[in-house]
Amino acid sequence: MEIQDREFFVLLGPSGCGKTTALRLAAGLEEANEGGIYIGERRVNEVAAKDRDLAMVFQSYALYPHMSVYDNIAFGLRMRKHSKDEIDKLVRDAAATLGIDELLKRKPGQLSGGQRQRVALGRAIVRRPQAFLMDEPLSNLDSKMRVQMRAELVRLHRELGATFIYVTHDQVEAMTMGSRIAVLDAGRLQQVGSPQEVYDRPTNLFVASFIGSPAMNLLEAEPAQVAAQDNSKKAGARAGGVDVRLPAGLANQLKESGASSLMLGIRPEHLGLNVTEPAATFDGQVDLVESLGNEQHVTLSLQRASVIARLSTTERIEHGSSLQLSVAPEHVQLFNAATKERIGP
Amino acid sequence: MTAGMPARRLLPRGVREFLTALPFLLPSMLLFGVFVFYPLGKSVYLGFFISNPFRTRQIFVGFDQYRDVLTSSDFISSLLVTATFTLYTVVPAIAIGTFLAVISNQKLPGIVIFRTIFSSTLAASVAISAVLWLVLLHPSIGVLNDGFDAVGLSRVNWLEDGGWAIGERATPWDMFTAWFIDPNWALISVSLATGWMNIGLFTVILLAGLQTIDEELYESARIDGAGRWSEFWHITLPMLSPTLFFASVVGTIFAFQAFGQIQILTQGGPVDASNVLLYSIYTTGFEAPFRVGAASVQALGLFVIMLVLTFGQFRLMSGRVFYR
Repeated sequence: MEIQDREFFVLLGPSGCGKTTALRLAAGLEEANEGGIYIGERRVNEVAAKDRDLAMVFQSYALYPHMSVYDNIAFGLRMRKHSKDEIDKLVRDAAATLGIDELLKRKPGQLSGGQRQRVALGRAIVRRPQAFLMDEPLSNLDSKMRVQMRAELVRLHRELGATFIYVTHDQVEAMTMGSRIAVLDAGRLQQVGSPQEVYDRPTNLFVASFIGSPAMNLLEAEPAQVAAQDNSKKAGARAGGVDVRLPAGLANQLKESGASSLMLGIRPEHLGLNVTEPAATFDGQVDLVESLGNEQHVTLSLQRASVIARLSTTERIEHGSSLQLSVAPEHVQLFNAATKERIGP
Repeated sequence: MTAGMPARRLLPRGVREFLTALPFLLPSMLLFGVFVFYPLGKSVYLGFFISNPFRTRQIFVGFDQYRDVLTSSDFISSLLVTATFTLYTVVPAIAIGTFLAVISNQKLPGIVIFRTIFSSTLAASVAISAVLWLVLLHPSIGVLNDGFDAVGLSRVNWLEDGGWAIGERATPWDMFTAWFIDPNWALISVSLATGWMNIGLFTVILLAGLQTIDEELYESARIDGAGRWSEFWHITLPMLSPTLFFASVVGTIFAFQAFGQIQILTQGGPVDASNVLLYSIYTTGFEAPFRVGAASVQALGLFVIMLVLTFGQFRLMSGRVFYR
């Protein structure tokens, strides 16, 4: 995995996937059993944490509770033997950047969660390191504060022009902040790409199901000859008795892959009531309607499975009624059920 | 509505609440009354009298006995001995306890065995520990002196050499200078045994204190560029300060309460060299000629000193100790 200079790089994955371990390896808090860690051209496996020129923001903030905010921010500089005047200037600059100049004399115990978060950031930025490592820094904040700090972190990243490596299990944070995302699962790298790439073209079933809320609908399917628009038989797929027409390119790739069992993936927002020239149409009964005000999530139970659609609230949909949902050909995604890998572009 | 309600309303609210609280307070009030407040009052009373051994006859002397006892050179000497004893048993034991706690707080295989060993002196009774040290320190047949012989060091007159404290007019300055010329080996011997007993306790409580410190603070400090020593100085010590303070208070109280090891090792001798205040109270009151009144006065003196000392420790430390 390679992280570009000045990038906002997000490590995303469920808990226990190894994202924090990856970050701690980069920080020098854990030792790698094998493989190399490089910062620039320099191999840093044997370099102590303090000599890697990195700063880390911990999930718990790890502020020194017995020191004032000022001393907390100054600690790293003092350890590096900066002069007193220099420390004072740098600390005040950092505090001004984060808007915590008023709090310098307080102890961490007297601060709110958001303020502590800023102090933790201040402690990191004051040293002007090559890269910032952040371990779920927003997970201890309430949701309103989290949204605010998200924007602030993006601003900070732009202002500092430094590399950010950010660990989170929250896909919203990953999507909104990251220039690139690395999705991890069970200690393995699943996919690296821009948020849009990862969302639009997940490389395997794990990424497909992990990114997006509500999650992508995944239906068991197998390759089949299906009737095309002009009633001729063409290569396609069948999912739970429903014929799925595929765009020519995808159909070819399916043939090339030689996959015998498939998973069909459709994002909830790609299921609609009125789709012209649909690839497939699912008949079912409405099981659940969850209205969010601006949209509604409709769960439709099919013969052997169920799908969730994200629909506009202008449609009145009754619980228990029958409904037809369709998907356009370009929105059908295919995965090899055996290898769990993506088929197609 | 119960029949009791109107009657209760007649009483003011404060009195009603007091009556409710009384049954809850009674057990501890009873215990404190019988075992603390009554003896305290009785000691004050006894201090006013000179009596024969079984107090069949006593003479009222008023505050004269208080003045005589509290200004006597015996009392001053035993105060000095007690202060020195406290210093010897608390400071090194805390330093060693901290060291042992820090090294046994490492995540190493089998570390539990070392933790058990380091804290084991906590489980040894005073009598057993004292006898153990008697075997080690005995001047003529002790293990330590035999060892000194073997490596060519001169034998030390443990337990029996009073050094500077012989003579009742030893000033603090005498004590200080005598340390280098003629150390009070008797007091050092008793302090060795007591300090050794304290180490177990201090290791346990300091280890517990260390384990409450968040590991991420150390990781953060490491990234901030702190070395082992800086970590200890800037993180461990301040975070441990409440525990260190607690250990010092407990250690001081233990030093003032030390009795068993002195009784077994030196009986306060030679010539009062290890005669700490508590032991002096015992010998005054319960050995011939059973001067109960004088012993009571000494006990009250100890009480006041402890009170002042504890207050002083809290005052002194309140600004420097960091509590979360």
